[in-house]
Amino acid sequence: MIPASLRTLLAASVLALSCGAALAAGPASPDLGKLLATGGVSQVEGAGGGGLTPWALITGYGSRDSYGGNVHATAIRTQDHALYTYGFAMGLADRVEVSLARQSFRGDGGALDGLRIGQDIAGIKLKLAGDAVLEQDSLLPQIAVGVMAKRNTGVSGLGAVGNVKQLGAASDHGVDVYLSATKILLDRSLLLNGTLRATRANQMGLLGFGGERGNHYQPMLEASAAYLFSSSVVAGVEYRMKPRNLAVDNEKDYYDAFIAWFPSKHLSVTAAWVALGDITVLNPTRQKGFYLSLQAGF
Amino acid sequence: MPAFRFLIAILLAAASLQVHAADDSLYNELGGSAGIRRVVADLVPALQADARINATFDGVDMERLAAKLEEQFCEVSGGPCKYSGKDMTTIHEDLKVSRAQFNALVEDLQAAMRRNDVPSRTQNRLLARLAPMHREVVTK
Repeated sequence: MIPASLRTLLAASVLALSCGAALAAGPASPDLGKLLATGGVSQVEGAGGGGLTPWALITGYGSRDSYGGNVHATAIRTQDHALYTYGFAMGLADRVEVSLARQSFRGDGGALDGLRIGQDIAGIKLKLAGDAVLEQDSLLPQIAVGVMAKRNTGVSGLGAVGNVKQLGAASDHGVDVYLSATKILLDRSLLLNGTLRATRANQMGLLGFGGERGNHYQPMLEASAAYLFSSSVVAGVEYRMKPRNLAVDNEKDYYDAFIAWFPSKHLSVTAAWVALGDITVLNPTRQKGFYLSLQAGF
Repeated sequence: MPAFRFLIAILLAAASLQVHAADDSLYNELGGSAGIRRVVADLVPALQADARINATFDGVDMERLAAKLEEQFCEVSGGPCKYSGKDMTTIHEDLKVSRAQFNALVEDLQAAMRRNDVPSRTQNRLLARLAPMHREVVTK
């Protein structure tokens, strides 16, 4: 059963897709016309970018005269939790990106053993200006604006708690809006990204939106820095600032160190060490562990 | 005074020439003229074999193209050459080169450099100097 907000965004995405396909004066088949790795990978909410944070890059290998798409699956495992995400995304004319992802968060050990929380995320991203790859003689980064419509699909394994509102969240659905700026400094083999996100989401929305400590949009800073070891290997670090809206969660910022390998334009593998902080006051252990993601597409 | 301004202009021009002449590090990293020749010798047949772009080279004098590419790579990397071909806009204006085709040539160049053991960071340094040419090359 697809929730109403997701149905709307899905309809909008299908519309955007058909418009894009109709307007694109390019070939009927995808042109794989972007350089390797320049679509980024799939971040944990399904958008194109790094592992934790969305970038201004448009997913897929379709050039501005074509389109691209991919599916991804991600597994994150820390001491007491696991997060599995899977989804698909499309890039149109290297200008518009649409994505759909489902997150499944689990408690596996510790105070929250048996906990299950799900979330569906529909995303849309629009490139506004710049080109991260080609504009090497300009300081202008590639800039994109994006929206993530999120709906928490419920809680189980926590006694009588069935909805995140029972944990203190003001709402079980919400929208993040972000602005990303990505710059590839080829003469230094460096990729830099800064994202500013307006959000009320607790733990990305897994613990709902807003809470007793705050229920208004706050700007969160996210940053990535990566080194291009070769045309097919990129490694870097990421940081993601988080709000603290819930009384039941002293929510912490996320960090990771990642390495991404692109054996071809049809596959990428990303591995990372992640630090997610302590999750809810019920478990003081600062969650640290591993991240593995696969993306397949064109 | 006009003479004074003229002198300042000469000094500034000389200063900028000095900066360029001193910064031939990329040219050296590419292996100088011999290294560039090896890469171009590898690149030109690859362009002719690349189905995405080889139609663009129909009727083109490939020996002359190789010579001009060598001059261009030498000059942009800070080497002692002066590109003597036609300007990029004139060459490409009727070719309807797409972004995807521009990228295809970049990939062929990357492959040629890789086959000739040019380190990745050096490849990226050269690509950084060539990338802005997309404005004159991509006409579709």
